[in-house]
Amino acid sequence: MNRPVAFRNARLIDPATGMDVKGGLLVENGRIADVGPRLFNDAEPTDPEVINCHGQVLAPGLIDARVFTGEPGAEHRESLESASAAAAAGGVTSMVVMPNTDPVIDEPSLVDFLLRRAAATARVRVLPCAALTKGLAGETMTEIGLLQEAGAIAFTDGNRSIANARVLRRALAYAATFDALVIAHAEDPELTKNTSATEGEFATRLGLPASPAIAEALMVERDIRLVELTGARYHFGQISTRASLDAIAAAKQRGLPVTCGVSANHLALNELDVGAYYTFRKLSPPLRSEADRAAMAEGVASGIIDVIVSSHEPQGADTKRQPFASAAAGAVGLETLLPAALELVHDGRASLVHVLGAMTAAPARIFGLPTGTLAKGAPADLVMIDPEEPFVVDAEKLHSKARNTAFDGRKFQGRAIKTFVGGELVFERK
Amino acid sequence: MTAPDTRPILKTKHLLGIEGLSPFDITALLDLAETYVVQGRASDKTTTLLKGRTLINLFFEASTRTQSSFELAGKRLGADVMNMSVKTSSVSKGETLLDTASTLNAMRPDLLVVRHQDAGAAELLSRKLDCSVINAGDGAHEHPTQALLDALTIRRRLGSFEGLVVAICGDVLHSRVARSNLRLLSMMGARVRLVAPRTLLPADADRFGVEVHTDMIQGLAGADIVMMLRLQLERMSGAFVPSVREYFRFYGLDRAKLAYARPGALVMHPGPMNRGVEIASDIADDVQVSLISEQVEMGVAIRMAILDVLSRGTA
Repeated sequence: MNRPVAFRNARLIDPATGMDVKGGLLVENGRIADVGPRLFNDAEPTDPEVINCHGQVLAPGLIDARVFTGEPGAEHRESLESASAAAAAGGVTSMVVMPNTDPVIDEPSLVDFLLRRAAATARVRVLPCAALTKGLAGETMTEIGLLQEAGAIAFTDGNRSIANARVLRRALAYAATFDALVIAHAEDPELTKNTSATEGEFATRLGLPASPAIAEALMVERDIRLVELTGARYHFGQISTRASLDAIAAAKQRGLPVTCGVSANHLALNELDVGAYYTFRKLSPPLRSEADRAAMAEGVASGIIDVIVSSHEPQGADTKRQPFASAAAGAVGLETLLPAALELVHDGRASLVHVLGAMTAAPARIFGLPTGTLAKGAPADLVMIDPEEPFVVDAEKLHSKARNTAFDGRKFQGRAIKTFVGGELVFERK
Repeated sequence: MTAPDTRPILKTKHLLGIEGLSPFDITALLDLAETYVVQGRASDKTTTLLKGRTLINLFFEASTRTQSSFELAGKRLGADVMNMSVKTSSVSKGETLLDTASTLNAMRPDLLVVRHQDAGAAELLSRKLDCSVINAGDGAHEHPTQALLDALTIRRRLGSFEGLVVAICGDVLHSRVARSNLRLLSMMGARVRLVAPRTLLPADADRFGVEVHTDMIQGLAGADIVMMLRLQLERMSGAFVPSVREYFRFYGLDRAKLAYARPGALVMHPGPMNRGVEIASDIADDVQVSLISEQVEMGVAIRMAILDVLSRGTA
């Protein structure tokens, strides 16, 4: 196999154990062979390749639990290859990809196809989710057992809610049979139909068709009842309001197997950022009030929100250069996930260990992954981070094919310097 | 043959379910049925025991096996048998179940066998009719003659029920066969397991003194009897189970899964089978393993015993 690699002089951060110490890490055969504060103290290793981290952070590679790509079906917008290049540049070593493609990933053979395409073209790990209902139509459940055997790590209709409670109840009961994780998109489809903003003063001033913020909590609360009935493991892919946060906090308090995420967009932006109908900030769910945005930051800090995701959703000029109400929702985010999340650290809301945990240990726990940790024996998926480096986001310099970032021109502090997957360097910032 | 014992056995006039029967009742019915197995294998299969009595088969749901089994049982005992099925009855013209009951009652039958899609239908008829009512299946409630014929089949092969591990696999949620069997087998001392995906398990299934498994391999481990249930085709296209191929992969009985049961374990199925859905053809057709044909034979014998006993009056 490959030569061993020794990382020296690193600030080792392993959120899985809470470790934050200076030390070294040794990679052999793609796995973490040793790690600790005293490693390489006595003698400079001679045999392995040595990487001096110069005191920068060395952490488990990030796991982005919510990524949409265009493969198969819209590779012109984003392929697994281009998304993985963006991921590597963002310090993301595993992408959980949503099944909202053309065709929809609702067949075991399509999961197999995705895994083969990923192995052939992607620089980072691709973890496919399969659809929970056939064709994402919200009517009949998919072959959860066979899809799981094919390699699907979770089941979701991606950015669609399942309106019919009977369908969801049966799908959850069936998923529980296989101990499968189900990921929800919580937006009441009728309340949010043909709307593009959060109801309130700002949307009223812009004259935008809007939906009430409770369209999310309504579904969250319904789904929690169905989880209680069926015992399925349930993850809300991204929440965006305090009401949802409170409902999930209460569900966790009752011991229900419920977890949730928030997108970096909803942590860093609020409804006012839509400004003059800026369609790159048209999202689903829409950007919320400042109070709700602040609640999301609070939720991450308290741990009620388990994971931070990019909700990377590539769109092209054809779908975004439209009047706001007609434009497609979504923003790319693989490369801005870490910098946007680090704002919580720079704002003093949460520690670096805690924030990184929401993109490493927490998703690894929810999805049952061996990664997301610096433990000995774990795959050597690593990211070297300069948490202080200031920079300005330039959409033109993004690695993804799609450039619809919600953060063009935004000043951030801290980003990935080098990214390793299975011990292999997949990105280095020049 | 020695002079037959014709004393009343049951305390009830009707057979509406296994619930209400005692272990003594069940043993007595099985013992009596043994004599009818002998009669059914003789060249002259017919007696005059029920000569002059009228048996009406009232079937609101399509049935080949159960209806013909009752018909044959009645005829072998010398009764006059009339079959009424829903398509030719006035129910399809809007008559209520109780109106039908009154009409039938006026024909003065002695025995009425009824199958209906609604739970409790047999119970309702038994309150309205003067004759004995035999439940041949009411909704997802009970199908007592199926459980009794299964019990007769098992006892003839394995001697007794005490300590037997019986795995009932498949669509338990909609199954009256499963409900009657788990009542009977538990009462007789067998250890019953229910094996199904959670979408096909009824609520609080674990409250019936049975083990509940969603993993078929765990559910079959060490089982003496594997009882497969029929899965209706319309329930396999996404509402309860995503597809036939997925169902067969995880819950269909094939050699690989059967290998986890006790060596020599026997397989039963109430019929009609969906080959390649809940059971592989090679198992269904393997006479070393499959009791399916035997179940049909025991069905006639147990129904003769029940017609006989209900005609005797109550104990």
